[in-house]
Amino acid sequence: MLTQMIPEIGHYALVIALLLAVIQAVMPLAGAATRRPLWMAYARPMATGQFLFVAIAYACLTTSYMLDDFSVANVANNSNSMLPWYYKFSAVWGNHEGSVLLWSLMLAGWGYAAASFSRELPRDMVARVLGVMGLVCVGFLLFILVTSNPFERLLPHMPADGADLNPLLQDIGLILHPPMLYMGYVGFSVVFAFAIAALLGGRLDAAWARWARPWTNLAWACLTVGIALGSWWAYYELGWGGWWFWDPVENASLLPWLTGTALMHSLAVTEKRGAFKSWTLLLAITTFSLSLLGTFLVRSGVLTSVHAFANDPSRGFFILMLLGITVGLSLLIFALRAPRVSHKVGFSWLSRDALLLINNLMLVIMTVTVLLGTVYPLLLDALDLGKISVGPPYFNALFVPLTLIMSVFMGLGPISRWKETAPSLLVRRLWLAAVVAVVLGAALPLIFAERWSAPVAVGLIAALWIVLPMLRDLYDKIRRASTLGAGLKKLSLAYWGMQLGHLGVAVTIVGVAVVSNYNIERNVRMGPGDSVQVAGYTFTMIELTDRRGANFLADRAVIEVQRGDSNRRFTMNPEKRLYLATGMPMTQVALRPGLFRDLYVAMGEDLGDGSWAMRVQYKPFVRWLWLGALLMSIGGVLAVADKRYRRMATAPDPEETALKPAGGDRGKEATA
Amino acid sequence: MKRRLLLLLPLIGFLALSLFLYQGLSLNPFHRESALMARDFPAFDLATLESPERRVDRSLFTSGELTLVNVWGEWCPECKREMPQLLDLAHRHEIRMIGISWKDTREKGLGFLEEFGNPFEVNIFDPDNELGFELGVFGAPETFLVDGGGVIRYHHTGYISPGEVREKILPEVQKWR
Repeated sequence: MLTQMIPEIGHYALVIALLLAVIQAVMPLAGAATRRPLWMAYARPMATGQFLFVAIAYACLTTSYMLDDFSVANVANNSNSMLPWYYKFSAVWGNHEGSVLLWSLMLAGWGYAAASFSRELPRDMVARVLGVMGLVCVGFLLFILVTSNPFERLLPHMPADGADLNPLLQDIGLILHPPMLYMGYVGFSVVFAFAIAALLGGRLDAAWARWARPWTNLAWACLTVGIALGSWWAYYELGWGGWWFWDPVENASLLPWLTGTALMHSLAVTEKRGAFKSWTLLLAITTFSLSLLGTFLVRSGVLTSVHAFANDPSRGFFILMLLGITVGLSLLIFALRAPRVSHKVGFSWLSRDALLLINNLMLVIMTVTVLLGTVYPLLLDALDLGKISVGPPYFNALFVPLTLIMSVFMGLGPISRWKETAPSLLVRRLWLAAVVAVVLGAALPLIFAERWSAPVAVGLIAALWIVLPMLRDLYDKIRRASTLGAGLKKLSLAYWGMQLGHLGVAVTIVGVAVVSNYNIERNVRMGPGDSVQVAGYTFTMIELTDRRGANFLADRAVIEVQRGDSNRRFTMNPEKRLYLATGMPMTQVALRPGLFRDLYVAMGEDLGDGSWAMRVQYKPFVRWLWLGALLMSIGGVLAVADKRYRRMATAPDPEETALKPAGGDRGKEATA
Repeated sequence: MKRRLLLLLPLIGFLALSLFLYQGLSLNPFHRESALMARDFPAFDLATLESPERRVDRSLFTSGELTLVNVWGEWCPECKREMPQLLDLAHRHEIRMIGISWKDTREKGLGFLEEFGNPFEVNIFDPDNELGFELGVFGAPETFLVDGGGVIRYHHTGYISPGEVREKILPEVQKWR
């Protein structure tokens, strides 16, 4: 009996969460404006309560999925009793309504985290940060309740079974990809709220930057992993062997990543040197705005894409309004208030400040490039100039050179000094790295590959140019200490984070350069007994069989692979699956991964006479793409664990805070 | 003052972009009503749901009578909610209806008709999305209005509510009858 009420409980919890969010938005903001401590004190409990109730709603929807409650429209349309339990669990966010609910859950979760780890912050800052986050929550909860209610019932005509989860989404990569991506997208709401709070309060100092940095890093790390997972998923699931398609939705996730990267660096300058203040604020607003824009592009179906699975214009209109109000208002506040927080700080054109400025500039140019390419078809269409699509050639032609230019500065940045760096110092520390990078980068493809390739050499030189100066810097820092251990101990976690992050970029550059130029692809007709040679490997089809999975039938090929003349053999099993509930065919590729190469076999079409069109690919260094992304995000997280943030991560004794006199916050402000 | 204007630039840029996004909404690529409009109903050769032996083709639609073609499946909850409206159209408004049993098994499809009623003169059995592909169907239910000469005159995507029967379907039927 009780289980039948679950969807209604979830719906009710959402309504309560909305009300709490309204209070969370109104009271603290009004309190901060009129200096009323009691009103400001609403922020934390409301953020906590809101998170709790959104979590209840989310748990209710998940339970409905687990119990196969097909009277709930969302479950009936996206699940099936034959699905394994983990796909039922992940099917919750495999559709429009559920994924917006997940988004809101994470938004509330970040709000709760911000409420919990902000004991060191001045009261009015906390009130404003949580108030702004509350406002964003109000928007999204309204969006769910008005246009995308996941708890809608199909009564009295409930179906006997569900329509099944889109087979494309029945995959481990897709269980993890959206939540990580959303964690990143939504995570930027915290630094966004910090930025608006700084503008409203007219206060932006080193302490502010120190509070904002860990949140930015965490969100950025999640987004990095999310993007990498998406790319990895596309690589092995879509069956084309590509890893980045410049698809509008991929671009939508790349945009906040680029500005988020710029933001991390700009925040560093703001903390250390008190410079770039309005720039940092603008980046914080832009990054979250681009996250919202990404949501709009995906959720409204404005751009045709493999991802667009909601196509209700009223929803698109609602998100556009949400986007317009949030972004428009914050940019207006920015225009009005930014002059109050910024002030001039001098630096020479050869300094870490200046190099970080160039880094920011490059990242913004990249962002604009990608943004233009993504919305350009839309602009043309709106101006009635015909329908076109902007393809990979445009993006590659601009993005690759921009990345190379940036890597030149990435080599210089970490070893330069704040404010001013003597040119002689740079030359002294870098000439060896430059020579080694050029020689090694040009020679390596000559030694290891069958043919020399200029793009690969350039990519390797860029990567080495990023890594070698860092090694030199590390060496210099340790050399000065008495022992190796003491030297290593002195280096902060933030330093290691930076090193790892940059190493990640270099590793990704190597992966991109090598796999794009040394990739080998053969499309062949194969029947049992046929074999084909690719890059020194012999692929032989042993037999064709079929197999029955939980909710699909599959044609399956058994391919034996032998390297050169060696006796080591292994088998690969690509499949062509037919999902029963939807009748949708899917390619399941067979992969033999390796650190230095992937072998990739996919089944194409049944050619009728017992043979199949097969696609065999050799992909050197493809793993480095995602390995690099992983290193970057580990770097981001390491930096968060640095000592200087830890002081604020541990909450002080509650009694002590309670007993503190009313003026305590102000005193702290002065010393921070 | 000059600096103020500079600070307003992001806002102006954003407003311009959202204007285009707003227009983009009304240019939704999923609005494909016109894609097959005024085109001939595609050729096909399939068995009927009712009997595997009876095969039907395009001549079903060239008999001179206006026909409403509904794409449905047993697995589709919206199709069940739509059935009362379809029965009403067939019986009260005397419109000739033909069903396409889409991506379904014969057994389940027949069960569906038994349970929810059968407004259709005949049902084309399309388990492998052959005709559906030709029609560009991407989700059930979808409904096409085909005139007496076999030309598609109206296309409705998704569930037909009782209100839409009055406001959309019946006026179109009047127009092309």
